[in-house]
Amino acid sequence: MQLIVQPDRRAPTAVHMVWLRVGSMDEVDGVTGVAHVLEHMLFKGTKTLQPGEFSRRVAALGGRENAFTSRDYTGYYQQIPSNRLEDVMKLESDRFANNQWPDEEFKKEIEVVKEERRLRTEDQPRAMLAEQLFATTFIAAPYRRPIVGWMSDLDAMTPDDVRAFYRQWYTPTNAAVVVAGDVDVAQVRALAEKYYGSLPTHVLPARKPRAEPEQKGLRRIAVKAPAEQAYVALAFRAPSLRRVDNLTDADRDALALMVLSAVFNGYDGARLDRALTQGDNRVADSASSSAMVTGRGPSLFMLSGVPAAGKTAQQVEDALRAEVARVAQGGVSEAELTRVKTQWIASTVYERDSVMSQAQELGGNWVQGFPLDANERLLALLRTVTPAQVQAVAAKYFGDDQLTVATLLPQPLDAPRPRALPAPGAARH
Amino acid sequence: MITIKKIAARALLAGAGAVFYSHSAWALLPIQHWTEGNGAKVYLVESPVIPMVDVQIDFDAGTRRDPAGQSGLASAVAMMASKGVKALGNAPALDENGLGEAWADLGANFEAAADNDALHYTLRSLTDPPLLDQAARLAARQIGEPSWPADLWPRDRARWSASIKESLTRPSTVAAHAFGAAVYGGHPYGVRTTAETLARISVADMQAFHSQHIAACRAKVSIVGAVTRAQAQTLVATLLSRLPASTGCAPLPPVAEIAALTAPAEQNIPFTSAQAHVLIGQPGFQRRDPDFVPLLVGNHILGGGGFVSRLTNEVREKRGLSYSVYSYFASGLHAGAFTVGLQTRPDQAAQAVQVSRDVIARFVAEGPTEAELRAAKDKLIGGFELRIDSNKKLLGNVANIAWNDLPLDYLDQWAKKVEALTVADVRTAMAKKLQPERMVTVVVGGKQP
Repeated sequence: MQLIVQPDRRAPTAVHMVWLRVGSMDEVDGVTGVAHVLEHMLFKGTKTLQPGEFSRRVAALGGRENAFTSRDYTGYYQQIPSNRLEDVMKLESDRFANNQWPDEEFKKEIEVVKEERRLRTEDQPRAMLAEQLFATTFIAAPYRRPIVGWMSDLDAMTPDDVRAFYRQWYTPTNAAVVVAGDVDVAQVRALAEKYYGSLPTHVLPARKPRAEPEQKGLRRIAVKAPAEQAYVALAFRAPSLRRVDNLTDADRDALALMVLSAVFNGYDGARLDRALTQGDNRVADSASSSAMVTGRGPSLFMLSGVPAAGKTAQQVEDALRAEVARVAQGGVSEAELTRVKTQWIASTVYERDSVMSQAQELGGNWVQGFPLDANERLLALLRTVTPAQVQAVAAKYFGDDQLTVATLLPQPLDAPRPRALPAPGAARH
Repeated sequence: MITIKKIAARALLAGAGAVFYSHSAWALLPIQHWTEGNGAKVYLVESPVIPMVDVQIDFDAGTRRDPAGQSGLASAVAMMASKGVKALGNAPALDENGLGEAWADLGANFEAAADNDALHYTLRSLTDPPLLDQAARLAARQIGEPSWPADLWPRDRARWSASIKESLTRPSTVAAHAFGAAVYGGHPYGVRTTAETLARISVADMQAFHSQHIAACRAKVSIVGAVTRAQAQTLVATLLSRLPASTGCAPLPPVAEIAALTAPAEQNIPFTSAQAHVLIGQPGFQRRDPDFVPLLVGNHILGGGGFVSRLTNEVREKRGLSYSVYSYFASGLHAGAFTVGLQTRPDQAAQAVQVSRDVIARFVAEGPTEAELRAAKDKLIGGFELRIDSNKKLLGNVANIAWNDLPLDYLDQWAKKVEALTVADVRTAMAKKLQPERMVTVVVGGKQP
């Protein structure tokens, strides 16, 4: 287990996090969502703590807490007065090693997770579209599955599925402790050795690459859902940023794509706003871009937009791609590049205001296998990106063949649609 | 934030036997307060470690002051602040894109928004002197001299109306609207913006609203960051420099209070969705209510305390009915609503409503247990520093003190007030404000397709 400490002495508080290099991408078919369900169950007890007792103890310390699961990682955190650090390290190391709960607790909590899925995905047409878009874009790579899991997998999940995932993946060699705030490094190290240093380790399961095969042509899907506004999202396969020194060509292209996204969408009145949402014949009410190039899995460059009244999703799609073509042909200006770099530099100063976001960055970088000073290096690298590099990636990665398009087809609220009935046996009695 | 470090040092000296509130000796948190010659009230916390500053300027120009039939006016005024500024001396006029570029070039952020009570402008900038000066000058033009481009309003109104229409396809929005109408009657807190109310708003209305409400003498300015008092004074003077000089502000007309409910109301609105959205509540209390602290603590125990509250325990932990269940008081200048909310599979909605009602009624009747009150005190007092451990959080606290005319030592006294509460204090305060037999219940969902 690795320990990362970031002292920040401005206020007598600290944040303590445990990060695990395991997320939904490490699941297998049939038990999708188990990484996230396990995250919920970590609050349900240990050999010595009753269900809910963990949260009550953290509250008694004056702490705030939560946890998060992504495709790439799972994390748990407490924000506490810094003189309570030892208490939460003791609690967290206990549940890391000794999580334990009766089946009855699982039966209740899995219903909570299903409600979470209904709330965040099933009643959110654009989230539903994103879920289907990922499922279509990726065929072999585990990114094709939703983090929260498919409903039928949640219906079929058993307590032992969750326990097995815990036993497989929760081992100190697959985790890092991040502490930031009003703390002394040597003291934190001593505490970490005391509470985490002697936890038993075991061998991790082999991580199969499950590499995504090359996409051989355009894929297009439609998603029907109750909505007034249409919506279109374009996912282009993209290179990944895998390291922040000794860059490969792919890493350099990924960096240039980050800059391209900022030029498109990084500030009010940037290119996409100007081209799609302004003027008498504007096609969109909103438009955005995102370079999703860091992660343990395959990367995407996303473009999306909401058609203006009287305009179609196809017109928005065309306009988004026209903006890419404009960069590919005409490049970007030095002024635009300087602007987005200025913003990044300022944002690194602002980020220091939040101890929580400092800890999140350190944890996120650890998940990627990046060095501790990855942010400084990344900023330095971004400053070296040239207009020619941005133009080159706009010309290289935005053809038809590596593209998946998802269009939301709005349906009237009263249209008949398949209703998500509870599966037999899932209803509570 | 050297001061806060000193507080921590003192806490350690107080020793393990100290009562809980001794480690937040908030008298040492120095909020400097003064009134400028133009009438603006300024509240400053010097936080020198990071070379940045956060500013919030509040005006009594929130949505409660939207004229009847023109709901959305205050928000439209806020929105138009970023649509362009007039020329000023050698500085040319800027359109919306010019403003977007200018802020990006400064590495700074400037925003305007209206909530129920206030229209506020916020600025976050680096404190490098030339940068901060430019940022303040640009913000001043947007605060004082927007160009009110008439051709952009129809576009933005269309976009806004479309997003309202889209939001009405969500059960959460439909529930919130029905709940607001039922709890607030005709009070502005519950009036919603629609395509029709937006259609009645002209740019001239915005200009009139702006000139009536946005004046230096009405400004409450909260500042947290690496600036001295002298620098803060310069900053405030610059930020308000493009507002017309005024000879004193006549009081704005009072806004009516929210009427108490006289009878319970229940609305079941059929809606095709995977979940039913449930809201239960009634008018709450004004922020200036002397019982604010016992009510805060009472709500914390009832449904405000995250994973540890009665509602979470009964609805989520024991029964698995909802991912999210909560309660809160939206206290403002008026008695903003007490709201309990949850979302659940439609066939479970009736059960969830019953469980929630039972929890509310029992809590109002009996109050918390001694153990619950102790746990709430431990959490709130022990975690008090977490409310002020960044400039952004500090700014929120300072702006709260400024807006509600709270004493400057409010934070200093807060923990002592919490610690002093008894079970009877909490029970009495909650019972005075909440009438479970006269609450509004809204359930949106459960329509069979």
